[in-house]
Amino acid sequence: MNHRYLKDVTTLSLSANQCVGCGLCAEVCPHGVFTVNDRNAKITDKDLCMECGACAKNCPANAISVDAGVGCAYAFIMGWLTGSEPSCDCSGGSSDACCS
Amino acid sequence: MSIGDIIGGWKARWGIGRMDYKVKPGLYAVGKPDGDSPVLVSANYKLTFDILRKNLTSLDCWLLILDTKGINVWCAAGKGTFGTDELVNRIEATRLADVVSHRKLILPQLGASGVSAHEVAKRMGFTVTYGPVRAEDIKAFVDAGYKATKEMRTVEFTFKDRIVLTPMELVPAVQMALPVLGALFLTNQFAARPFDKKDVTAYLGAVLTGAVVTPALLPHIPGKAFAWKGWLLGLGWTAGYLGLSKRFKKEDRLMSVGELLLMPAVSSFLAMNFTGSSTYTSPSGVKKEMKRALPLIIGSAAVGGALMLGVHLFFRRKAK
Ligand code: SF4
Ligand code: SF4
Repeated sequence: MNHRYLKDVTTLSLSANQCVGCGLCAEVCPHGVFTVNDRNAKITDKDLCMECGACAKNCPANAISVDAGVGCAYAFIMGWLTGSEPSCDCSGGSSDACCS
Repeated sequence: MSIGDIIGGWKARWGIGRMDYKVKPGLYAVGKPDGDSPVLVSANYKLTFDILRKNLTSLDCWLLILDTKGINVWCAAGKGTFGTDELVNRIEATRLADVVSHRKLILPQLGASGVSAHEVAKRMGFTVTYGPVRAEDIKAFVDAGYKATKEMRTVEFTFKDRIVLTPMELVPAVQMALPVLGALFLTNQFAARPFDKKDVTAYLGAVLTGAVVTPALLPHIPGKAFAWKGWLLGLGWTAGYLGLSKRFKKEDRLMSVGELLLMPAVSSFLAMNFTGSSTYTSPSGVKKEMKRALPLIIGSAAVGGALMLGVHLFFRRKAK
């Protein structure tokens, strides 16, 4: 069963002209968002992106940009309440199962 | 794996004494590795370490364990503790370059959001290969000449994956409910319309619906937003249960309206929290969902809660 989340929300973008075709983005993406053919990366299905940031971090040509972070409601609530950056804080023993 | 390991894993999942589940960072030998054996990198979370050990029984290799403060690879990568700097430091601290003759590292793919392969190559001269997502596939990955299939590269979120995570949702939800139940037990002594077993069942059902049933049925529930999915099932549960318990009769109607407002909001909130466990929700999406859902959840719960409390304290049920 394929999971799909909200449409048109991801901040992922690719400047194809900077791409050197190394293929790493396709290798690291846990949702198969990229394909690399003829040394050219392409985004296949943008809405599958969960903004983990792996592709951007490993692109040697800096061709990918994405606002990476944790997609965790609890982290946002704590972030808003404490006025800090949302983070996946695993020390609280609260509903932070992204860390299990 | 010993029975102790198994109990340990169980305890870690339910959040009991979780902070103790660390392995000492450093270089470990699995089997009888030599200078040519592959080097696998992982986190110092005990569950991860045990799964790796279990799946590497027939392979001679080195395990380089990073200090991720006892947190699994994916979450640690998101936080940056499973990251380029820690990897570089650990390579230096363990003098890995003297132990092995090659310059290759195999990292779990889910560590990629914390580690920059080209930076590691630049700083340490080690090339990084990303292995499969699941430790169970490591053996097949190595046997295939360090190549991962598309399946090995893709994160799934199966029924079993989701069920395993629900205790982490349920425990805090129950913890939060306890003081409320305690307070109601006190007011029940003098209230006009005491809460009874059915009210408590409706509430516990709503908690279970949001924290367990919604995650379990996730892809099968219409819609995309988690809060919506939870609300939908929560409403189904509450309306169904109240209907079956004949709570829509005149003397109970006001209370039931309150419950119809409060209970689905509780399910919705808990379901929304499950975004933290899911493996496919983007922060931008979660933010968007929360901006819409949270005011509705809070509003609905506040009105419903106030209504219920009002009936509870002041409206005497007519004697039959
Ligand atoms: S941010 Fe993560 S999920 Fe999105 S495309 Fe990059 S690697 Fe894939
Ligand atoms: S990682 Fe960057 S350079 Fe390599 S294929 Fe992807 S976009 Fe192109």
